[in-house]
Amino acid sequence: MAVRRELVAGNVTADVAADVAAAAVEFRNVIFRIRENLILDNLTFRVEPGETLVLLGRSGSGKTTALKLVNGLLFPSSGDVLVDGRPTSAWNVIQLRRSIGYVIQEVGLCPHFTIGENVGLVPRLEGWPPQRIAARTKELLEQVGLDPAQFESRRPRELSGGQRQRVGVARALAANPRLLLFDEPFGALDPVTRRELQDQFIHLRNSLQKTSIFVTHDVGEALRLGTRIALLDRGKLEILATPEQFLKSKGPETRAFLEVLSLPS
Amino acid sequence: MIRPGLLDDILHLTVEHSVLVSIAMAFALAIGIPLGILLTRQSSLRTWVLGFANVMQTVPSLALFGFLIPIPLIGGIGKRTAIVALVLYALLPILRNTLAGILGVDAAVRESAVAMGMTSRQLLWQVELPLAAPIILAGVRVATVTTIGTATIAAAIGGGGLGVFIFRGIASVDTTEILAGAVPAALLALLSDGGLSWIEKRFSPA
Repeated sequence: MAVRRELVAGNVTADVAADVAAAAVEFRNVIFRIRENLILDNLTFRVEPGETLVLLGRSGSGKTTALKLVNGLLFPSSGDVLVDGRPTSAWNVIQLRRSIGYVIQEVGLCPHFTIGENVGLVPRLEGWPPQRIAARTKELLEQVGLDPAQFESRRPRELSGGQRQRVGVARALAANPRLLLFDEPFGALDPVTRRELQDQFIHLRNSLQKTSIFVTHDVGEALRLGTRIALLDRGKLEILATPEQFLKSKGPETRAFLEVLSLPS
Repeated sequence: MIRPGLLDDILHLTVEHSVLVSIAMAFALAIGIPLGILLTRQSSLRTWVLGFANVMQTVPSLALFGFLIPIPLIGGIGKRTAIVALVLYALLPILRNTLAGILGVDAAVRESAVAMGMTSRQLLWQVELPLAAPIILAGVRVATVTTIGTATIAAAIGGGGLGVFIFRGIASVDTTEILAGAVPAALLALLSDGGLSWIEKRFSPA
């Protein structure tokens, strides 16, 4: 099965990386609540450098919230989220966000910017010289499989959903981020395009060796892309395991997700 | 019959009318747009300020001019009072559209911009204002056109402008005189509307 082969290849780096270097991201007893509603219930886990940690869970399980705690879109009610060993609350939040790529399902490209301007956004904010931004933009568009000559000066609305999300990925990579966050980036795409972008994600991940946190509710996608999978159930971490261990797990929420896989398809 | 000197008067009062409207609009923009932006950041103030602007809009215009006369500093007879009244009228459409334009920016676009590390100033100037520009300009257009009309009432409190013809014409039952005020006022309104709608199209993003 093609899915399994890639997973094994991906796991080698993650396992070696564990315990050697400091965590790229670490959640320490993180609680997040909105008024009296507990969204995240005492989350503790590490994301090792170079790995792709998938946060899997149903809608409302808290996975998007957990992601937003990493780049300071939200802050924990108690506990700490550490990025490169430093709590997000101790970071300059603007610098933190500029050093973390962020890709969301709706893409969120600026409709009044060209594709090139969208990709070059963070370098522009960081004050790169224009020639360097232009060169970087071209390089990135090629990396995500879009011909710069054809796409650079177009507007987002002239692109298909899949093309837009490629631009979203290019934008996230623009300023060489320390870390990439993905929030169901391929959720709104048709299955074929989705598969193409997943393949490209794997390709980019393997060539760039970037630490990524990837949120999805699709267990197939989680098994395909993750070096490890963290399953969230109503704000609690049920299991954090490699795909192999995940497939053998007996946890009730894990089984519920794996049930979906075993349906005839 | 057209009396001697009427054309000169028309020209003079049209200029006076335009100046009155321009000054009022300048103040309304200078207050309305920043206040609108502030309200997008301070939702607690929103109800109060919009409520105030709404109430101002509901006061009959002639009455508003009258109410202002006894107020110290801004009141009295003349242009200043007229301008204050016109500003109060123009405020609501500008304020409301600035607020609606900025709050109407796609949440995903805003979230990405913030997540990319834009400061709140960069978010405002590079994302929110350009995307809200057509809606803000639509508000400015409505405000300008209504102000040109409402400014004819300024003559009732000695504010001058094309209303001078209209009030004089009503008092002396002289249709020519009324038209000498009404026609240029209507033309001014049409002209501003056309000009602003052209700018609005130019500023539409993408």
